[in-house]
Amino acid sequence: MFTLKVNGMKRQVDVDPGTPLLWVLRDNLGITSVKYTCGIGECGMCTVLIDGEARRSCVVDVEDVLQSEITTIEGLPEDHPVKVAWIEKQVPQCGYCQPGIMLQTVAFLSREPDPSEARINEVMDDVICRCGSHPRIKMAIRLAAEMSLEREGKR
Amino acid sequence: MTTHMTRRTFLAKSSLVIASTVFSSQIRLFNVSPAQAASKLPFKPHAFLEIAADDTITVWVGQTNLGQGTHTGIPMIIADELDAAWDRVQVKMALAAEPFKDPVWHAQLTGGSTSIRHRWDMLRKVGAAARRMLVETAAEKWGIPEGKCLTKDSKVIHPDGRGLTYGRLSESASKRPVPQNPSLKDPKDYRIIGTRRERLDIPDKVAGKTVYGFDFSVPDMCVAVVARPPRYGASLQSYDEEAAMAVKGVINVVPIENRIAVCAETTYAAMQGRDALKIKWSEGSHPDLNDERLDALYNEHLKKPGAVAKSSGDVKKALAEADQTMEQAYKLPYISHAQVEPINCTAHVEKARCRVWVPTQGQTATQHTASKITGLPIEKVEVMTLPAGGGFGLRGEQDPVVDSVFLSKTLNRPVKVIWSREDDFANDHFRPASQCRIKAGLDKDGRLIAWSHKVAAQSVMSVKMPRAVKDGIDPDAVSGIRDMPYSIPNLMVTYVMVNLPIVVGWWRSVGYSVNAFTVESFMDELAHAAGKDPVQFRLDHMEKGSRPYNILSLLAEKGGWNRPVPKGRARGVAVTSCFESFAAHMAEVSVGKKGEITVHKMVCALDCGTAVYPDAIRAQAEGGVVMGLSTAFYEKVSFSDGGVTTANYDDYPVLPMSEVPEIEVHIAKNNLKAGGIGEPVLPSVAPAVANAIFKATGVRLRELPFNRELLVKS
Repeated sequence: MFTLKVNGMKRQVDVDPGTPLLWVLRDNLGITSVKYTCGIGECGMCTVLIDGEARRSCVVDVEDVLQSEITTIEGLPEDHPVKVAWIEKQVPQCGYCQPGIMLQTVAFLSREPDPSEARINEVMDDVICRCGSHPRIKMAIRLAAEMSLEREGKR
Repeated sequence: MTTHMTRRTFLAKSSLVIASTVFSSQIRLFNVSPAQAASKLPFKPHAFLEIAADDTITVWVGQTNLGQGTHTGIPMIIADELDAAWDRVQVKMALAAEPFKDPVWHAQLTGGSTSIRHRWDMLRKVGAAARRMLVETAAEKWGIPEGKCLTKDSKVIHPDGRGLTYGRLSESASKRPVPQNPSLKDPKDYRIIGTRRERLDIPDKVAGKTVYGFDFSVPDMCVAVVARPPRYGASLQSYDEEAAMAVKGVINVVPIENRIAVCAETTYAAMQGRDALKIKWSEGSHPDLNDERLDALYNEHLKKPGAVAKSSGDVKKALAEADQTMEQAYKLPYISHAQVEPINCTAHVEKARCRVWVPTQGQTATQHTASKITGLPIEKVEVMTLPAGGGFGLRGEQDPVVDSVFLSKTLNRPVKVIWSREDDFANDHFRPASQCRIKAGLDKDGRLIAWSHKVAAQSVMSVKMPRAVKDGIDPDAVSGIRDMPYSIPNLMVTYVMVNLPIVVGWWRSVGYSVNAFTVESFMDELAHAAGKDPVQFRLDHMEKGSRPYNILSLLAEKGGWNRPVPKGRARGVAVTSCFESFAAHMAEVSVGKKGEITVHKMVCALDCGTAVYPDAIRAQAEGGVVMGLSTAFYEKVSFSDGGVTTANYDDYPVLPMSEVPEIEVHIAKNNLKAGGIGEPVLPSVAPAVANAIFKATGVRLRELPFNRELLVKS
């Protein structure tokens, strides 16, 4: 039996220590916003925040994150700039990849609050979106950055 | 969130419900309000439109939500004709049912970019009929002629300014007969069609609340993964059932023909159980099948005569008399849908019914599949369509339905079958590879007088719809060639069917994305040979003022074709007409000394008739550019030792963020019948880029994905 901290709540799970976090979140805790797509850390759809860092949960063993704060898309408030920007720019098409990409964005903007387009391309180059929502993702990242800076009184 | 309701639930809370169906090619509208006994109707009606006493307006949609925006676009059409208050409109996914069958194709499916174009009249009539009934009701109440009443924001308005809401009128309105041919709006009066709206499904997708097929569960369900032969024609030789059963959470190991299912309490346990089977497979039927052999085989097929798909004029004579002739060969690989949500299906077979929850593009096919396996009549198969994480044509296939229904029947409990990513690449129904040879002739004025085009490809239709294949011609294999948007007096199109065990299927825009690359690249080669401007050369061979002519002209104007190109860059164009729409692309590229291609900008011009939902059309056009570039630069499925080698996204890269260019979309303004969107925005992307690369370097890339080695300057 392990205890995980997910979105601020303590959750108990009975799994093998080497079970990928992805499957613990989905199968055992029913958090299906964390998506399975490649299983090898290639696509970014299972991304969660682990102590604020974007990590691909399909390649993280559950035993390695027992002391950590795990955040999924449900853990972001509804008025989080990234969520607001994603709606404002009407980003999702099928939407399956978006929670992972949004969480990667949250971690990115926390490190680099005012990224250039070149940095967005560089840091977000390793996510897959088959519908091709990329142009809108880029716009939404910029908008989320602007909104965050404004809220913090930096703009 | 997409929810499912039974007919009974909605009838209990709704006052006016209008359903529509097609009998003998006639659209018929039905009032299915509580006042009517539904059993009197010749089908189990599901509604398109419900108006409840509290003014909520619900539009039931039978089309799959693949992210293309139709779950907002379809309600927009109905709401506009109804003069509804948009903020009270909601959308729900309906159970598979007769009225949701495609009025042209007579099956419920989402494909061929038909969701709106095949329902353009029907959807408008549904809204208009309800509006008319509400107006009649109000006019009668007020004792004034109907013509004196106006409608706006879900209200009928009296000339003196007072109004009655649709909700209040709906119960009385439901007792009126449904007008079969209500007058439709003059397009200048549209208030919702053509406007910016927020997509109804986006808030849940952003919140992570949308339940896709892969996420779906029902009580007592188990999850199954299925081991399938890794090579064509391979059979099971041995496997370790005990080892699989020893994995914690594994419940059953069930052989199904030449495959083995491992059923478990969780997805992870099922996957681990399958790994533990340590299956030994036989060598298979085509051990020598590999990329090189396939390439050679297609080439050999091109030497065969082929079946004539189109012949007009006398190509042989015209070529002999031509001032100049050109001949070239092109090739395209097998490619994968690579939709992000892996294939899945949940089924629960019970004694008197079978329920299937699946992100399918083919509801009717799903009903038939489940009916065949269970022996239950079609109407006892309830298909609940779940939102799909992409589809692009793959999700009409029945493989997961077959396995989940069979397993549920066998195990007597709900079973969700899921594919791993590796299953998805290995068992995809690929877009067929294609090789072709084109020969064309120009007269002394540089006019195109003859075009002979031979295609060698596997046939999708022979497997999926054999009736569509006549005289050896698969219409999909030659689409975009025999109906190219050019008038050529002597045209010959031939097709050589290639028979291989590789599983092929429909992939976004089907034959058009294959053949537009070859036709539009070769048109460019001919323009160059004729010494003509590529846009002008194309226009010279189109009917002046026709829709393809106009869309290419619009592209040239908006894209600044005749304006100077930024230093170091070059432009290329391509145009196609398919799925009742017309699209053209302009690429602006630069090429480095080591063959590095940079696409700086793509301009898309699209004539899709009435642009119902412009922002969703733009989103599709942006996605079409990204996917089109992805096929141009990266996508290719590999084969070796008689099976698929491509296993995961690390073997099958798709276009990354940093290579997505600036994209401009220009939508032609007209009031014509709505055309397709999802597919027409794709085919002209890759050839526009190839043509720009030629302009930049003088090197013609005749193969997809592009071989950048050819561009390296020695």
